[in-house]
Amino acid sequence: MSDTSLEAREFFAERYGIDSARIASILSDALAQGGDFAELFFEHRTNGAISLEDQQIKSAARSVEQGVGIRVVKGDSIGYAYTESLDPEAMRLAAGTAARIGEGGDRPTAIDTTPVGAAESYYGEDALLSDEPAAAKVALLERADRAARDYDPSIARVDASIADERKVVLVARSDGQIVGDVQPLMRFNVMALSQRDENRQTARTGGGGRLGVEYFDNVTPEDTAREAARQAVLLQDAVDAPAGEVPVVLAAGDSGILLHEAIGHGLEADFNRKGTSNYTDRIGHSVASDLVTVIDDATIEQSRGSINVDDEGNPTKRNTLIEGGILRGYLHDEISARHFGTEPTGSGRRQSFKHPIMPRMTNTYMLPGPSTPDEVIGSVERGIFCVAFSGGQVNISNGDFVFSTTEAYLIEKGQITRPLRTTNLIGNGPEALSRVSMVANDYALSDGRWTCGKEGQSVPVGVGLPTVLVSAMTVGGTQLG
Amino acid sequence: MAEATPLELATRAVELASARGAEQCDSFATAHTESTVSIRLGEIEKLIEASSHSLGLRVITGGRTAVCSTSDFTPAAFEQFIAETVELARISAPDEYAGLPEPEMLAPGTADSLQLYDERIESLPLDDRIDMARSCEAAALGFDPRITNSEGASLSTRTGEVALANSRGFAAGYPATSISLSTEALADDEDGKKRNAWWFSAERNLRSLLDPETLGRIAAQRAVDQLGARKTETKRVPVILEPMMAARLAGDVAGCATGGALYRGATFLAGRTGEAVGSPLVTIVDDPTQPTRAGSRPFDGEGVSARRNVLFEEGRFEGFLFDCYTARRMDARTTGSAQRGVASLPEPGPANLIFEPGETAAEDIVADTQEGLLVTALMGFGFNPTTGDYSRGANGFWIENGAIAYPVAEANISGDAASMLAAVDAVGSDLTWFGSTAAPTVRIAEMTVSGV
Repeated sequence: MSDTSLEAREFFAERYGIDSARIASILSDALAQGGDFAELFFEHRTNGAISLEDQQIKSAARSVEQGVGIRVVKGDSIGYAYTESLDPEAMRLAAGTAARIGEGGDRPTAIDTTPVGAAESYYGEDALLSDEPAAAKVALLERADRAARDYDPSIARVDASIADERKVVLVARSDGQIVGDVQPLMRFNVMALSQRDENRQTARTGGGGRLGVEYFDNVTPEDTAREAARQAVLLQDAVDAPAGEVPVVLAAGDSGILLHEAIGHGLEADFNRKGTSNYTDRIGHSVASDLVTVIDDATIEQSRGSINVDDEGNPTKRNTLIEGGILRGYLHDEISARHFGTEPTGSGRRQSFKHPIMPRMTNTYMLPGPSTPDEVIGSVERGIFCVAFSGGQVNISNGDFVFSTTEAYLIEKGQITRPLRTTNLIGNGPEALSRVSMVANDYALSDGRWTCGKEGQSVPVGVGLPTVLVSAMTVGGTQLG
Repeated sequence: MAEATPLELATRAVELASARGAEQCDSFATAHTESTVSIRLGEIEKLIEASSHSLGLRVITGGRTAVCSTSDFTPAAFEQFIAETVELARISAPDEYAGLPEPEMLAPGTADSLQLYDERIESLPLDDRIDMARSCEAAALGFDPRITNSEGASLSTRTGEVALANSRGFAAGYPATSISLSTEALADDEDGKKRNAWWFSAERNLRSLLDPETLGRIAAQRAVDQLGARKTETKRVPVILEPMMAARLAGDVAGCATGGALYRGATFLAGRTGEAVGSPLVTIVDDPTQPTRAGSRPFDGEGVSARRNVLFEEGRFEGFLFDCYTARRMDARTTGSAQRGVASLPEPGPANLIFEPGETAAEDIVADTQEGLLVTALMGFGFNPTTGDYSRGANGFWIENGAIAYPVAEANISGDAASMLAAVDAVGSDLTWFGSTAAPTVRIAEMTVSGV
């Protein structure tokens, strides 16, 4: 395994002359007005994308961004500045701007920096997608196009795209620690349109993770394309969803969006530090059915939400959030960990060097339970079975949340029957989790396609769930009775 | 070279790319300074300040398109960026519809009359910024003893310049400013549930910004009004959308009224141009030419002169918003609606979207409703543009006999966009702007409201 921390240090040293002495000097500038703590976050990010629309390569895109974000902490307050220029004068000016949060004080004594090597890598080892020849990527897109069209004669249009990212980061802190990482990320997307007479239905799906071309060894472009086509064709025969409270079975995998919204955000410790989450002061209390154990784990191999170190330079972990229904802990960054007198959980993340740190989820999932998926579905007299989703949202302060289905079915007398039109599910976090009455033994993690938004910052995440029965949730269909 | 203006950088990018063999190219560049002050419980929580430059370059050679962006303007890196973009266009496939606007469509217009720049924002002292955020939050916290906490108040400003240049001789730029203030107040309900409300103001100039204390009181009032919220029963009733929620509906519909959605087959409006989709009370326009508005602009993302476009005239769907690419694909003409970011291709979309007001006072719409739901907040992504199927979480108030009966939480409203527009049976006179979208109170005669 290559040392990604060393690789990142060498990258910034060779390309921009950012060595230990320069880092120590900028950190010293950042603390010159009495800040408690300072951190530099260097980032160099390359994004590439190729898209195929209706059997034509529409465009190729590439963007490069580099810069440094400088954070100075004074108590619970932060000063933040960034610059896209990594020359010493620009960085010195930015450090001076961030330093203003301090309330006067002396420049610190010299900072001794200690480079830290990479402990583990959770990323794929193979060639990065960005290094693949364009023709190879075009071939993958064309395979997807063919497979979706072959799936059903009603497939009238296919769009597909490959996006990849390579992010080199280096975190240098005023306690002397310097750690880096080289983070790959790729995503493959397919949209299929089914047209029967005047009726059009579209569906989109995709996957990816922190790996390169080897992604396609396990999930072929044909697999993804057929899945998009299948969902679009299915919607042609969809009927109106019920309206009102019914039992809801969530299929294994993407349904983990329930956890992400119902409880994950509410356990991000910045909200709890401020007392604005409905889970504030609830550690040690029952917040879910005793069937529910929830983990946030940044160390899952190649998963979209995984990271070797967080954006404050802390090693990432597998954190138990809920165990047998009891709340065990929050997700922390440095500020919230210090506030609660606990260790950081490796959950400090940011969208880029232009954004300050917040506690965020990585891969959030529920552990499997004792039932079989058939038992769970079979137990429902009349309800709905949800498989695929377009997104969700939560109100942190009271736990009310929604998520929207793209593939769902009616359950009648224990059998999955008709597909349902796009609908919304609405509930309240603690209430929905207390109503988890069956958990199956078939855990699955989403194939990397989710992005989480919080206060205007987007980060890639994973979600996972076994097949689960929520005994009652409000379904926002149009079919009364 | 980092000191060069966006217009100089964009012009230079076009010259260099043309010299390297780009048949057609255009470059979109921005430079701005952003500043954010966040106050929570009276203390400074965050001070953020930074300047940023970025440039995007689109190259079209033999119908093959590439788009690249950079923020590294050191001469060697910039030259390399240009060379790579020209090279990247070669791997794309020819697309007969790709291309810059025809020369006669290009017009820089004039930014002066639009009043997009306010010098007072650039020179607003840090202490004033802190005071504005602090007094906003304090007004919320002091509004009512039941307001027990706050997510803080933030004041953000942006000052900068955008520019566009292309290989057909277009080169223009203009300065612009923006300022926004927001706060979120929390109240504790009897069952231990928190009720929160957020409010904001976003403008081009300082004098139009909502007074900080007024803004704080609005957020607090809205949080207190939700105390005691409960679920409602499931039934079909009239749904009244507050202006901010009606603006969201207009945004959903406008997203389906673009050339991009049309040529991708992903809009319920396909094939309905000229039809009476909405009720005669529905008039929705996109107008980038209004002075001082957040979405106003003298020219679009491709250099085409901005103009007012009517999407719905008294219910009749008048047509789609196009950029050059989608217009050529659909055998139409651009409507000057290209949106542009540095790292992406132009896509058509609304600039300032306006759901035109009616003549009825908003309170008369409530008074005229026997039973229904007044929606003050919507949640989630439950909208399918291809079919128009609509299903979203909703908070608000239950209305009985023309008056508010009780606050409602965890409700859901569902229907489909075409039926919703057709069922609009009252439009208020209370047109309200939210950034680049404006709408009045709107009543939909019937939707499914889900609860217990």
